[in-house]
This record gives sequence, structure tokens and C-alpha cells, in this order.
Amino acid sequence: MVEVRPLPSADSPLVEAVDLAKHFDVSPPWLTRVLERQPRTLLKAVDGVSFAVPRGRTFSLVGESGCGKSTVARLAVGLYTPTAGRLVFDGTDLAGLNSRAAMAPVRRRLQMIFQDPFASLNPRWRVRDIVAEPIRAHGLLSETRAIDRRVGELLELVRLTAADGQKYPHEFSGGQRQRISIARALASNPEFLVCDEPTSALDVSVQAQILNLMKDLQRELGLTYLFISHDLAVVYHISDYVGVMYLGRLVEWGEARSLFRKPQHPYTRMLLDAIPDLEMTGRRRIPVRGEVPSPMNPPSGCHFYPRCPFANERCRAEVPLSITLPHGGEVRCHAVEEGRLTEAAVRQALGRGASAP
Amino acid sequence: MSSAVKTPLLQVRNLRVEFPTRRGVLTAVDDLSFDIHEGEVLGVVGESGAGKSMTGTAVIGLLEPPGRIAGGEVLLRGRRIDNLPYEELRRIRGKEIGMIFQDPLTSLNPLYTVGRQLVETIRTHSDLSEGRAKARAVELLAEVGIPAPERRVNQYPHQFSGGMRQRVVIALALCANPRLVIADEPTTALDVSIQAQIISLLKRLCSEHGAAVMLITHDMGVIAETADRVAVMYAGRLAEIGPVKDVVKHARHPYTHGLMGSIPIVGQDLDRLTQIDGSMPRLSEIPPGCPFHPRCPRVFEPCDQERPDPIPVENSEVACWLYDDKRSGGGGHG
Repeated sequence: MVEVRPLPSADSPLVEAVDLAKHFDVSPPWLTRVLERQPRTLLKAVDGVSFAVPRGRTFSLVGESGCGKSTVARLAVGLYTPTAGRLVFDGTDLAGLNSRAAMAPVRRRLQMIFQDPFASLNPRWRVRDIVAEPIRAHGLLSETRAIDRRVGELLELVRLTAADGQKYPHEFSGGQRQRISIARALASNPEFLVCDEPTSALDVSVQAQILNLMKDLQRELGLTYLFISHDLAVVYHISDYVGVMYLGRLVEWGEARSLFRKPQHPYTRMLLDAIPDLEMTGRRRIPVRGEVPSPMNPPSGCHFYPRCPFANERCRAEVPLSITLPHGGEVRCHAVEEGRLTEAAVRQALGRGASAP
Repeated sequence: MSSAVKTPLLQVRNLRVEFPTRRGVLTAVDDLSFDIHEGEVLGVVGESGAGKSMTGTAVIGLLEPPGRIAGGEVLLRGRRIDNLPYEELRRIRGKEIGMIFQDPLTSLNPLYTVGRQLVETIRTHSDLSEGRAKARAVELLAEVGIPAPERRVNQYPHQFSGGMRQRVVIALALCANPRLVIADEPTTALDVSIQAQIISLLKRLCSEHGAAVMLITHDMGVIAETADRVAVMYAGRLAEIGPVKDVVKHARHPYTHGLMGSIPIVGQDLDRLTQIDGSMPRLSEIPPGCPFHPRCPRVFEPCDQERPDPIPVENSEVACWLYDDKRSGGGGHG
């Protein structure tokens, strides 16, 4: 079962999204459309997203509900076929693999962990069968004894015991179930794990256990993660790179530490400002104005302009293109491009006094 | 502080909530005591199953059968309310105690317009005419920051977004000018940016109306920003209660300490988060002695035998044997 894997190197991306898009047809039925003369309606869940996940690293996508981050997760494991663009996994475009047989060798190498550990495990199966399923499905081992041994190893890898395999999912707590999901995901020796809000359904102390486990496993097995979350503190803790999504577009991405320290896009700045202050520095929170508009009918130009204090005519009319930042990230914002976001302007727009930090 | 002399607005004394089941009686809240003073924000935190929501519903008498208050008392302005007949309690609810639930959709009737629900509540608790009540409803909607309230008042809950719905629920909770608002996870179902809006709104309105708040949440960040004092619950019992700064920055109970360490913070570069092993016990399997002892890194001899009562430590109370000088030999502090 030992597999030779190239050493993780920061330079070669394992996964790369190039102008990735997924549109859903949410039109009313044909007859209604004809009778009521309604046009087709398209929901642009993901609209031209590009990023790269280096080998052995964690790339996180953050954003509020409806921003398309979970759709990207599903595209990344090939559960959806992209409407446009490419998703390249280790040199292979997933969209080009249109038969089950062509997909199979790649599929083994990418796995997914879901948010709700209560819904993602079959309640009628014993844990050992749940964990053994990918091994059987990919035909990795055939002998029952070998499968049992491997299942035991996997359960121990996620800090459960081999004896837990006899039990059913309902006998475990939420955190333990999430460990079982991780064991199942690791059963096919994947290199790439897509984690869609893996700790959002868990309590904080259990969340800490799972985050620690995920970091340990990444080190031990050289895993690459695409991590989806709405929790910025969790993302800061786990990520090497972070992308911020808003209504289907990636508005900013970059190395995690510098993105959090020097956010560029006004939306990123506001999201960071909205984090509750646990350090109790007495910092006044500036709530983000307004709400996320419906993705069915997003604003023209830059989707964020109605909520943005720095928006002007150009923002309303023209979709901003990605510009590369000095420290390596990318941002899509006219105000950043034109250099309109000076310290003074930001301070004034956010209603802070000139003396405030 | 004058509050030390005055009777607290809400006094909960040795509250015990039980659920009889086929396999025996489960104790969801056990011997819980705390006060809320006029105009104060008390945060109640804990993980799922800690009994925090159960405490809130017990205080306003909305426990779902077979759940029942099996002991202790709840006093509002010195008057006992836990044993009142249903009708009398119903008048107190809404008039003196307002309630905000996690999911705004469940607290609004989908079949009535927002205005009708507000008018009905306003008229139940006051003698305003229909027209005056309607005008008050529009005022309230404006107060909770809903744009174009004259138009929105005639709309149905499904026409509002999640954040706007929660604003309507806040308007409903505040429309009779209650002295106490119980907010049970008011922001958990909302996005981060909306969460900040709702918390600052709740805080501003309650201080304007002079209402005290019992803020039930699992989110320590929300508590740190909003509460004056915090009660930390574990397995149906009080672990620690004290001023928010003391609890957040200098947690005394080993559980609170672990809980705080397990929260990731932006700007704090840690390789690993503090980890409390195991998980909260099920109600049917609460261990004897201190319920936290099987997970506690500082467990010592009395912990698995005797149950610690809250012990005063400076401005806080901590239910932990480490703070009993006779037990720990005075060496447990810090």
C-alpha cells in the first residue's frame, strides 16, 4: 500500500482552475416561458474563477452564502461539469474526462469531506463498511483480511480505534463522525482533499480537534487541501493561500498571512472588519452595509459596487479584471487598480476618526 | 453601583429541568443559579447540549413537554414566575420578557403580513387603536433599520431576506418595551457581515429601551463584544460566571480555559489549537462529581467523587475544586 509520491514543492500546482464557470439553468418550465413570454434565466454560480493550489498546501475559499464556494468545491472533484473553463488536476483537465472509465484513475486521487457528518454517513452501514467502500470501489485490495487491516489502520490514523469499525454511525458524536468521514476519504490514498465546511456543524472544542487532525494528516501524508469555509478565523488558522469569493467571482486571492494583514479589495476589508473581536481591544466593528444581492440577478459591473463605499461610475459599468499585486496575490477592483484606496480615503469612508488606528 | 442594592431584574435559583424518558429521567439543567440586573447583558455560552437554550425556555415557561421544571425558582423583579398559571405567564411573555430565536422563519407566521403580526402583538400588550398600532409598527420597522418601512409593513415574511427577517423579529420582541430580552442564538443562522449588523442593532436598541438581555450563544466572539457578564455552562451546570473581561481573558475554570484556547483567532499564528479531548457527555451519561473531570487536564482527587458548587473568586464564581483552598491546598489558582 506504500506509494511513492513526489516531494511537495511549492512551485508546481497540483490543482489549477482556469476561468472556471458553472451556470445553472433555473428557467421556469418551457410552457410557462412560452405562455408568459419569459426568457431563460441563468444562475451564474461560478463565473470565471482562476486559482492554483500548490502541492501539499491548503487553499481556502471564503465568502458568504450564495457566493459559489461550494459549487467550486463540487467542480474541483468533478461532481459538476464546468460550463466553461478548465479544472486541471496534475496536468489532466477533468472536464475532458467524459467517461466513467477515463475518470476512474483520477477520481481515486481526489476525495471530498462534507459539512454534515450526520448526513454523509449511511446510518445502516457499519463504520468498517463505510470506510472500506472506496477501497472496494476502486479495487485497491481484494482480500477481506487485507481490507480489514487497512480499515483498522485508517481508523487509527484519524485517532479512532480499529474496534470502532464494528459500530454504527449513530454510536458516535459529531466530531467522531467527521473523523470517520476523513478516514473514508483517505481510504483511496488521495493526494487532494476538498473539504466543504468540514467543521461548521461542530462545536468549537471539537472543531479544534478536527483542525489539528487535518493539519497533522497533511504533514504525515503530504495532502493538498481545498478548504471551503465562511469562518475567517478558521481559514486564517488552516490556510496557506486564501481566495475571497463574492457572487460567483473571486474578488481577491493571495498568501493567507499577507491577505489578512493587508487586505486590498473593499469586500475583503469589510469581511475582516466584521469578525467579532475576541481580544477585546475595544475596536469598534464597522458592520458591512447592506446584504448580498440575489445571485439570480447580480448587479452590473463589479458585483460589489452597491455595497462598496469606494464605488464610482466605472465600477457600475465595467467588470474589473484581475490585477497582480506586488506580493503575489491577485485582486479584481477598479479602486485598487486606480490607486484610489489610500489610507486616508479608507479611513474616511469607513467612518473612522483620523486619530484612530 | 446601585444594582447591588436593588433586587435583580431576573433571579434564577437552583433551577433544575428534567426530561422523563423511558430509560429514566434526564437532567438537562441542574442546580443553576444566576442573576440578571436591569439593563445588563448576560451572555450564556456553552457547546451543544450544555443546557443553555433549555435555560432560556425554562425562564419564560416555554419548555416543551415532557420537559419540566423539577426544582428551583425563577423570579422576575422579585416575583416568582415559574409557578404562574398559563394565562398569567402568557401576559408576562412579550410584555415583560421578549424573545428572539435563532431561526427568524420559525418565529414569524408565514401566512400573515409582518405588519399584522406587529399590530397584533402591540395591541395585545397596550390599548392602542388599530391605526395607532399600525403607525407604531412602521416606526418600529424603521427603528430596526428596515428601508421603506411603509411599504415593507404590508409584506409577508418570505419577501424579506434572512437578516431583514431577524430585524423584524427584534422589532416584535421589543414592541411591548420588555424589561428583559432573551435572545437564543440570534445570529447563528446569518452570514458574518449580517451577524455584525444584527449584534450592533440588538445592543443599541436594548440599551435605548433600557432592556436587559440574556444572550444565549455558542460564539465567544459575539459574547466578548456584547456581554457585560458571562455564564459558561457545561453538561447542564454552571462552570463559571463573571465579568466578560475576566472570563474571556483570564478564564478560571479548566473547561473555559480549554474552550477559549480552542478558538482560532485571526492574527494569532499557532501551529495547533488547544485541544480538549473527548466531547460533552450525553445527558444520560453525565459522570458523577464534576461533569468535566474525565476531560479535565487538571483533575485531582475530589473531582470524580464530589460535585463542586460555584465558589466566589474575586468578581466571578467558579464551580471547580481547584478554587477551594481546603481541597487544593491553595495551589490551584491561576
